[in-house]
Amino acid sequence: MKLTVNGIEQEIESAPLTSLLDVLREELGITSPKAGCEQGGCGTCTVLVDGEPRRSCLVPAAAVDGHEIVTVEGLGTPDHLAPVQQAFVHHYGMQCGFCTPGFLLAAHAYIEGGGTDDPKAISHALAGHFCRCTGYVKIVNAVAAAARGDGFDLTTTVGTPTTTFATGGVE
Amino acid sequence: MTGGVLDVVIPTTPAEAAEAFGDGDGITVLAGGTVVMPELNYGRLRPGKVLMLGRSGLDTITREGGVVTIGAGVSVAALEALDEPLATAAQHVGDGEIRAQATLGGNLCAEPGAETPRGDLQAPLIVLGARVHSTGKGGERTEPVEDFIAGGMEGRLVLDVAYDEADRKTAYTAAWRPHTHHYSILTVAGAKTGDELRLAATGAAPHAVRLTSVEASGNPEDALKDTDLRDDALASAWYRSTVLPKLVARVLDDLA
Repeated sequence: MKLTVNGIEQEIESAPLTSLLDVLREELGITSPKAGCEQGGCGTCTVLVDGEPRRSCLVPAAAVDGHEIVTVEGLGTPDHLAPVQQAFVHHYGMQCGFCTPGFLLAAHAYIEGGGTDDPKAISHALAGHFCRCTGYVKIVNAVAAAARGDGFDLTTTVGTPTTTFATGGVE
Repeated sequence: MTGGVLDVVIPTTPAEAAEAFGDGDGITVLAGGTVVMPELNYGRLRPGKVLMLGRSGLDTITREGGVVTIGAGVSVAALEALDEPLATAAQHVGDGEIRAQATLGGNLCAEPGAETPRGDLQAPLIVLGARVHSTGKGGERTEPVEDFIAGGMEGRLVLDVAYDEADRKTAYTAAWRPHTHHYSILTVAGAKTGDELRLAATGAAPHAVRLTSVEASGNPEDALKDTDLRDDALASAWYRSTVLPKLVARVLDDLA
């Protein structure tokens, strides 16, 4: 079997019913898709299959033979984050980060598909994605900002220390 | 890691799929994967032979001679644009990603789930008077959805489901439990074509049931005569017995 993952063609040796999630994480070492519930209920394993968001835990490898897969690793780089990633940083759309890969890809597909900044439409598009840190409001705000095409100066968001702690004893 | 399966067959035509299925003995059918993959992921299912339907061509919808025929491999998402009450029911299955992957055949044949609702398309199909065309032991056969469900799906491969286009009034209502999408506890579907009334419910028995007692009497409380209410993670049998007649009354009101 062959997969194109983040633009690179890969020969796959896993058994045909191995989940795409396991192919990505175990065989290819691509670890942004997380193994959450592994039964389609949480959304953190979502990747793009030919541009469409899919739960990689529910997709057998044989079903995507010859298809194109995009994970967060293919969305942007640390120096050049994708717009939706910039929006998540600027709006603090994550806490622990475990659900973030799935949210990013579902949100990216939503925006690429012409999605607007309407909160209801965003919630509908992201249905099935869990955030147990209860960060939904900031996630929806981030997706709305990215959908509007807001620009962000992340040097003011993350580049400047905003809090200093007195540690005591060390000068 | 999952896998380790002895034999995986990927047919490329409906005829090949039917032939590979044979009498269904020892075969696990994998269409969308939303039901089977968790079983494989958790090691609860170790199949000997798997029939993957994704490329079998069973994913077409046709409208010919007043009959809508839906291939078993058509996604739940594609049903959202078809006739009511099927469309509304389809819109409330899982979430968008699940609906794009899950199939009509899987929804019809899924074993009842203890933690999540399954088979929410069965009641709308029953009230549409839909017929299931399947193959397996003894060859092909076509029968009403309710007979297919009652007769057991073991050893059957659904090929397509068909219903007649008609000037019918329809209704659909449900009790939902909030989640990141709604989980349906109970759903009731109804259709009135001329003088004929058809009602069905899901979540009121292991599979969908036709509410023939209410069809005959018009009394919502009679729904409890047609059901086999159970406790599960979504609701107790008592809760269902309280809510079901109210949902039936709402559907009857909408059809009046």
